[in-house]
Amino acid sequence: MTVLSAEGLSVAFGGVRAVDGVTFDVEPGMVFSIIGPNGAGKTTLFNVISGLCPPDDGRVRFCGEDVTALAPEQLARRGLSRTFQNLQIFSHLTVIENVMVGRHRHEATRIVADLLHLPAVARQNRRTREAAADALARVGLGNIAERPAGSLSYGTLKRLEIARALASEPTVLLLDEPAAGCNPVERREIENIIRGIVGDGITVVLVEHDMRLVMNISNRIHVLANGRTLAEGTAADVRANPAVIEAYLGVRREPETAGAVS
Amino acid sequence: MSVLAALELVGLLRRQRLISLVPLAAIVVLLPLSFSSAYYYRVAALVFIFAIAALGLNLLMGFAGQVSLGHGGFMGIGAYAVAIGPAHLGIPPLFSFVLGAILSALVAFAVGRPILRLKGHYLAVATLGFGVLLAIVFTNEANWTGGPDGMAVRGPTLMNWPLRSAATWYWISAVSFLVGAALARNLVDSPTGRALRAIHDSEIAARVLGVDVAQKKLMIFVVSAVYTSVAGSYFALINGYITPDVSGFLRSIELVAMVVLGGMGSVVGSLVGSAVLVILPQALTLFHDYEHIMLGLIVMSVMVFLRRGIVPTLAAVFGQRWAR
Amino acid sequence: MGITMAEFLQFFFSGLTVGAIYALVAIGFTLIYNASDVINFAQGEFVMLGGMITVFLGYAGLPLPLAAVIAVPVTAAIGFALYRFAIAAAREATAVTLIIITIGASIFIRGAAEIAFDKRFHSLPPLFGSNPIRVGGATILPQSLVVLGGALIILVLLWAFIDRTLFGKAVIAISANRTAARLVGIDTRMIVGVCFALAAGIGAVAGILVTPITLTSYNIGTLLALKGFAAAMLGGIGSATGAVVGGVLLGLFEALAAGYISASYKDAVAFVVIVAVLIAMPQGLLGKAKIERV
Repeated sequence: MTVLSAEGLSVAFGGVRAVDGVTFDVEPGMVFSIIGPNGAGKTTLFNVISGLCPPDDGRVRFCGEDVTALAPEQLARRGLSRTFQNLQIFSHLTVIENVMVGRHRHEATRIVADLLHLPAVARQNRRTREAAADALARVGLGNIAERPAGSLSYGTLKRLEIARALASEPTVLLLDEPAAGCNPVERREIENIIRGIVGDGITVVLVEHDMRLVMNISNRIHVLANGRTLAEGTAADVRANPAVIEAYLGVRREPETAGAVS
Repeated sequence: MSVLAALELVGLLRRQRLISLVPLAAIVVLLPLSFSSAYYYRVAALVFIFAIAALGLNLLMGFAGQVSLGHGGFMGIGAYAVAIGPAHLGIPPLFSFVLGAILSALVAFAVGRPILRLKGHYLAVATLGFGVLLAIVFTNEANWTGGPDGMAVRGPTLMNWPLRSAATWYWISAVSFLVGAALARNLVDSPTGRALRAIHDSEIAARVLGVDVAQKKLMIFVVSAVYTSVAGSYFALINGYITPDVSGFLRSIELVAMVVLGGMGSVVGSLVGSAVLVILPQALTLFHDYEHIMLGLIVMSVMVFLRRGIVPTLAAVFGQRWAR
Repeated sequence: MGITMAEFLQFFFSGLTVGAIYALVAIGFTLIYNASDVINFAQGEFVMLGGMITVFLGYAGLPLPLAAVIAVPVTAAIGFALYRFAIAAAREATAVTLIIITIGASIFIRGAAEIAFDKRFHSLPPLFGSNPIRVGGATILPQSLVVLGGALIILVLLWAFIDRTLFGKAVIAISANRTAARLVGIDTRMIVGVCFALAAGIGAVAGILVTPITLTSYNIGTLLALKGFAAAMLGGIGSATGAVVGGVLLGLFEALAAGYISASYKDAVAFVVIVAVLIAMPQGLLGKAKIERV
């Protein structure tokens, strides 16, 4: 049974079709990668799936339910979580507080109880903190829990966002360019983190530019160009697909022989 | 004690929610020792009264990052409640006080729902419009409110003991501020508080993590309205008289100035901001006519040069993160 | 109890007159907003300054035409100073911070006026006498026609200025993309400063024209700013035509509400309009709807 599926999604901004009739199915437990040249519509697609942008056409199904019209917070409560390409960190909170916000859907929030800091609230704070610390440990950031998030490096913040998303215990995790701007060492760390996530039974949908990461880790790859599906298959399939090669690298030209005329 | 253990202790102490209230409580208790007349009690009471209002606004602006240029309206509701209740409806002042707070909460709930969907300067102006509308109502409904000249406020009695002296109001308002500060501190380290602070930094990320942003904003708007309403009621009771100015545009801007001046998101800052803006005009009674010029200059200078506010700037200078 | 045509016409005329003033305040808002994204609450104070400076220069002995001619550039200079010392000085300020700064400025200007002038109401003599002209059973003051005519002339001149001069093109460039404008060598600070001065000058003229009808006083600025802003929002903030349409409509709504519903709640109309527009259609009648991209 597919855990996430897109059916004929289309989004247009003004006259530009950012996403045009995209369809795919994601099986549970796999790493499903969406790749494509810049401007292919990948982030828009993510925004549609995570409820931030309504599609003009098509459906999104999550665990069998039609969730196309749902708001992000509703999707979060159903077990869909995501990170952001441009980072949406809570910079005035500490690292661990960022991740604690990720636990929000598992917390009871009653403003009167919170104002009075009833014992139940204190107990829940402790549980949330522990769960958050676990998530931080999974991405290797356990030692900087109390630092203000605003002061950290880009690579660290990318991992923080992953920890935050993990803390919500999602069924499906959307990772928006997790390796962007990372050096090879950091990229390998991200790779390991993702393997760990999948090992825990979470389905990962990845938008990524870094081909090494994508080829190493994906079960299935979906290629987008100009908002439309170009190809889908295993890493080997996609690597050999001429249309994909053309979209990325351009058309192969015959070398000009010296002295040729006309 | 090893360095590690010491750091852990500091971390633990810093996380103690209420520890920074201890110096505040000390100030509250020790300050009157320096008062040589009822006048000082009165000024201090006013400082704490406005600190309560500023604290309420700070919850909205500093925490949740929403702006309100109309919070004077809630002060007005609280103030007129304790005036109108006893005078026109035969409701005892204490009851009227509670009713005023409830009314403010209801108004905030009703108005907040549509208005809080707005962002940035649209939200600012909508709240401004709301505040001025309330002031107009208070000015016009002379049968109830005494019109632009205002009305007298009958003093409350607690079991036949008249609560009228400045000293009494000092203790009432100071203790109320401490309670309000404790509640605010509790909020910081709670799921609601974290959600609000998250909303301040990134609404989108908060939503994607399951936070019902609209509901949270509304809740904090209601809470901040109640704080401000309480302050308004105290203000009316300590003065024995109120005019529509209590809820006017200038009042709302004063509250914003207190919050920004003291430091957005800083509990202590609310007190500092209130102290500056209450004491300065008192100190400059010779220059009573210069009140507006001063307020205008303060607002402009703070927003241009000292946007972080006094307390956070000082805290950064001294390398501590005292106030939250 | 019928609604007579004469009555309606009377409200219509007074609404139109006051609407012309709101339109001029709204145009000042729009000019500044387009050039700098700032919502300038001191706009109403410029109207006040135009009238008050003229009046007091007149008391000081100057012939009124001269007083008026001096008052306008003085107010314009104050507008420029506002930009230079309060707005431009605030680095990386958010939209809300800027609004609060202009509110602080308006309070400051009002406080200064309170001391420099006085707290009473003052008037100026109307340009063409005060014999009301009868039109269709209602009367209209000659000064109202001056206000309407003056507003029209100002609008045409402003349009010509923006549309036909190099300076105007620069303003359009800045409002479209400030960084790009700087990159092609436009001195944005100077130009935005001039826009502030222009808006202040327009406000001052409006103040001088309307004082014979509505009188002037140190504190008329606040309410005027709020109403001018309501007008700009109604028409669609950022749209010059919208400012005019919004101003006239607001004036008419106000007059009709005062006449037919309640005179004491006349001022509330503008605020109801603000809140209603913001909730129901934030882009106003003629403004563009904002699309928020993630």
